Amino acid sequence: MDMGKRPDLFRWLTVFSGSVILAFILLPLLEMMAQPSFEGLWQTLNQGNVRRAIWLSLYASGLAALISFVVGTPFAYLIARKNFLGKRFVESVVDLPIMIPHPVVGIAILSLAGRGHWLGQVMQDLGIRIMGSVTGIVVVLTFVGIPFYINSAKTGFESVPDRLEKVSRSLGASMSGTFLRITLPLAWRSLLAGMIMCMARAISEFGAVVIVAYHPMTAPVLIYERFTAYGLDYSQPVAVWLIVVSLLLFLLLRIISLPGRAKA
Amino acid sequence: MIELKGLRIEVPGFSVQDVDLTVEKGEFFTLLGPTGAGKTLILEAISGLAPVSKGRIILEGRDVTRLSPEDRGIGIVYQDYALFPHLSVMENITYGLRYHRQDPDRSRKRVQDLMAQTGVEPLAHRSIQNLSGGEKQRVALVRSLAVNPSVLLLDEPLSALDPNFREEVREVVKGLHEELEITCLMVTHDFAEALFLGERTAILNEGRLEQVGPVEEVFARPATPFAARFVGVKNVFPAVFEGGRAVVHDLRLDLETAPEPGKGHVAIRGEDIGLRREEISYDRANIFPGRIMGAADRGNGYEISVKTGKVIFKAMVERGKLFDMGLQKRKKVWIHLPPPAIRVL
Repeated sequence: MDMGKRPDLFRWLTVFSGSVILAFILLPLLEMMAQPSFEGLWQTLNQGNVRRAIWLSLYASGLAALISFVVGTPFAYLIARKNFLGKRFVESVVDLPIMIPHPVVGIAILSLAGRGHWLGQVMQDLGIRIMGSVTGIVVVLTFVGIPFYINSAKTGFESVPDRLEKVSRSLGASMSGTFLRITLPLAWRSLLAGMIMCMARAISEFGAVVIVAYHPMTAPVLIYERFTAYGLDYSQPVAVWLIVVSLLLFLLLRIISLPGRAKA
Repeated sequence: MIELKGLRIEVPGFSVQDVDLTVEKGEFFTLLGPTGAGKTLILEAISGLAPVSKGRIILEGRDVTRLSPEDRGIGIVYQDYALFPHLSVMENITYGLRYHRQDPDRSRKRVQDLMAQTGVEPLAHRSIQNLSGGEKQRVALVRSLAVNPSVLLLDEPLSALDPNFREEVREVVKGLHEELEITCLMVTHDFAEALFLGERTAILNEGRLEQVGPVEEVFARPATPFAARFVGVKNVFPAVFEGGRAVVHDLRLDLETAPEPGKGHVAIRGEDIGLRREEISYDRANIFPGRIMGAADRGNGYEISVKTGKVIFKAMVERGKLFDMGLQKRKKVWIHLPPPAIRVL
């Protein structure tokens, strides 16, 4: 056919825009990764505060993902399965942390945890400190990360036909037995993907963390501090290590959650 | 035995109203109705998976209306098989055994017998993904029966299968029912399935029962206009009655006997309508001149549309007759509606 051979302007446009976007994302990252010397990278890794900051970032965001998993899974199941009055509203509330400017998140959490609020007072009496503590960091990271977990888990549960659960019930399994033997095994990849998303979002959080806890320093706060105090050269190696460690971790989790041959 | 007493099920935008139904122990009962009539909803209410807002469900004399699905002792088989995709055939079949306190030897024997009878033994260690539709449905049947339920509910179990598998699974279902003498309630929209499998049937329309009775009885004597259309009666018309006559638009039809009060329709099967090319003497009842509007191939014969006055009748003629009689479009014919064949509804 003649028409197929005509140069297709739109196809070239799609290829062109794709290349521009990839370059736009990759060039700054690659450049930043390439600029520090190998020696500089090695030295940076040997600094205790760098290792502590990266570890704290991983640890606090991992904890945020775990908390999201424990608290968010039953809730995600509920909104995947049931229709109730105000469901749309509830879903919008879950999405709120994605839309709120990051420093506002920090300020909001402090307003609740501060001494001026009764909850803050209760927490202080119990010896729980939010401001400038690992607890505070985990709270903030859970706040910004949990919508990603819940949405992914919800999609996962929705993809399990409810007929399978009905059949399981008719065969004698209770609701919890059905969840453990049918729903969870069929949806766990989405749950894991949700935890990865949640953790990725948490690792990258800066604005909210810097308000609630400048110290102890997470990696993004450390990078920011080094940048403002000493400049680009000094902050780049830390950024590179944060990216490398995060990439390795996420790659590992992705491999675990890949569909096996039998299930493909 | 399944007893439904004044059952009402309400879901957003739809409800099943006041269903009273008894399925006898060991009976194969079919619940017939078009898509959206509420058939599946009734099955799910019996199995505890749809909320009952009024009435009672009694299984084997036990009121289960408020019981959890897992405590009802019911097997359910769906149109789309609903096999657990992450488990093998054997794991699917034995899924429910751990919830039923039975002698392990007896339940193993039961599973083996069921698998042998349905021919799924060679599939035991296969994964679900590689089974044909017919195999999947046989596995689903064995899975539901493995836990020895008192009642088997079948939700259009043959609808998703292509024709040769449909026949195969239909035989399996019939065989299992006869062998196990289990009470079966099957919903379907296909009257032919009810004729083949069912002993008694009920016709459901928009959440209400239209007629309950033996399948042959419902087929031969549908009680409502809807039931008549559902069992394949093509000519159902609103009518007013004047003594022993029915008036349909501008036609006056002689009836065999005067109808009881409260009736509003007449129905006649296409097979019962006679067609003639030449005029027949007018002293026989219900002979009218008409014109052929068209013919449609119905497989076992032709359906001829004849316009008589303002009414269009659909008459069935055998294949050969269409040509022998020269029943072409726009030709004039006489139609004969024998009074005994006219049902008043």
